[in-house]
Amino acid sequence: MKLSLSSSPHQRVKRDTGQVMRMVIYAMIPGMIAQSFFFGWGMLIQAVIAVVSALVVEGVILYLRKRPIERTLTDYSAVLTGLLIAISIPPTLPWWMTVTGVFFAIAVAKQVYGGLGFNIFNPAMIAYVVLLISFPAAMSQWLPPATHAGITPSFFDSASLIFTGFTTSGYDVTQLKTIADGVTMATPLDTLKTHLTQGMTYSESLAKPIFDGGVFEAAGAGWGTVSLAYLLGGLYLWKTRVISWHIPGGMLLSVFVCASLLHLINADYYASPLFHLFNGAVMVGAFFIATDPVSASTTPKGRIIFGAAIGFWVIIIRTFGGYPDAVAFAVIIMNMAVPLIDYYTRPRVYGKNVKGRGKQ
Amino acid sequence: MTDFRDLSLQGLWKNNPALVQLLGLCPLLAVTATFINGLGLGLATMLVLIGSNVTVSLVRNVVRNEIRIPVFVMIIAAFVTIVQLLMNAYTYDLYLALGIFIPLIVTNCAIIGRAEAFASKNGPLASAYDGLMMGLGFTAVLVILGGMREILGAGTLLMGADRLFGPIAANWTITLFTTENPFLLAILPPGAFLGMGLLIAIKNSIDAKLAARQTSPAVKAERVRVTAES
Repeated sequence: MKLSLSSSPHQRVKRDTGQVMRMVIYAMIPGMIAQSFFFGWGMLIQAVIAVVSALVVEGVILYLRKRPIERTLTDYSAVLTGLLIAISIPPTLPWWMTVTGVFFAIAVAKQVYGGLGFNIFNPAMIAYVVLLISFPAAMSQWLPPATHAGITPSFFDSASLIFTGFTTSGYDVTQLKTIADGVTMATPLDTLKTHLTQGMTYSESLAKPIFDGGVFEAAGAGWGTVSLAYLLGGLYLWKTRVISWHIPGGMLLSVFVCASLLHLINADYYASPLFHLFNGAVMVGAFFIATDPVSASTTPKGRIIFGAAIGFWVIIIRTFGGYPDAVAFAVIIMNMAVPLIDYYTRPRVYGKNVKGRGKQ
Repeated sequence: MTDFRDLSLQGLWKNNPALVQLLGLCPLLAVTATFINGLGLGLATMLVLIGSNVTVSLVRNVVRNEIRIPVFVMIIAAFVTIVQLLMNAYTYDLYLALGIFIPLIVTNCAIIGRAEAFASKNGPLASAYDGLMMGLGFTAVLVILGGMREILGAGTLLMGADRLFGPIAANWTITLFTTENPFLLAILPPGAFLGMGLLIAIKNSIDAKLAARQTSPAVKAERVRVTAES
């Protein structure tokens, strides 16, 4: 019998960047199906716009930088960035805003810093933040989920909304929003924030129609299901070891703990931990955004700190800040802290003690 | 004899206070939301710069070295006060729009930098010319950055020109496009940082191109035998 000797690394699964990125994209499919079931065709049209423009922008910048174009485009990182942008923005956003966001993600946040592997910030979240602070009104135009909407925009209506601003029968987004029972609806997070400033309590706000038919009482209709679908995809990524448990585990636990503490202090004013976990971008953020291997922390201990700090910021900004959701801000804040976290959590080198001196 | 051509080149390009020395960035980033605001602050800074450079140059042999910095600061503060009062009198709207950033010209490092580095070592004429060129270089960057941000953020150019040039300029505003969704990022502070970084990058790439053109094709080094044959 012949024994094969080999030096490290001993990882048996050979995966290149393209395969990893593709697996992340496959893992997003359940969430994307759920999202387009509840919020219409718009998201899929946005995905096409975002992916195509991401590839075009990346190709042009690579040409200008005289870098290999084909190899970089086939590593699927631009496709993934485009998809992440498409699932974060409202499905009815005008097409040129999507393209602006993609341009900032690929050209400014990624290529200016040196391309994949050198970007300190998560490109998709930079796109989201640029769009959010540039076009706050358009970025908060979420239609109510299909189960609550008076009119569900068809495929052609969605495309027409994105490219011209009106459906084929001449409604704009604001009119579509109010058709549902004559009640204006926003996202659950937005609704709760508005209600709290109007002096309602948390339980009074939960009685509103946007929270009817959610999988839990606290998860808004549609939103809870979408979050569960992304959780499913995230667990697949964890099972196939594309991501480790450290970042999502740290982030979800921290969201749970911080939200529970506030909820225990005053249950009338602070939302329950389940509300925070299953609304907005927490699930997508924990498994698909914060785990970006380039801009996240690289040491095991550091990843737990990184994830936990993101969870902390999400709750702080959602509860006390001006914006209803905070995953993008939280991820970008912690991206800046990554070098510091990595510096203080360097793992012990084999044969040395913690201080780096040789063991006797 | 000071070379005036070299002074112009230094102030406008090679040693531009905003693009190369990176001095005075606080007002630069804060007021360049529009073309006219940038031009207004640029001109004010230029006036202060010329005045302070000439005065510092005149007193450079009288002031003792140990107390030169406080003296320079007082000279600059005096000129800033003059400019502030002039703007209050003649361009009141612009004075209101620029607000705190007019008195803050005192703290603009570009001015005390020129006083210390150039005016305290050269004669009044050269110092005045240096102030003019540095001021022009600073103004040019403010105007370009303000123009970029105004076009991107509001779709107009020369908005509010009457604040600087009086009622005659009331209809100078050029509207390039109108939109219900202005690109707020360009108007907000991050837009200033991004635009500034872009301008510096453009300048550096032009410099790199010029340098590449000037260097003659490399002479191939002759191989020299360094090992002795035995």
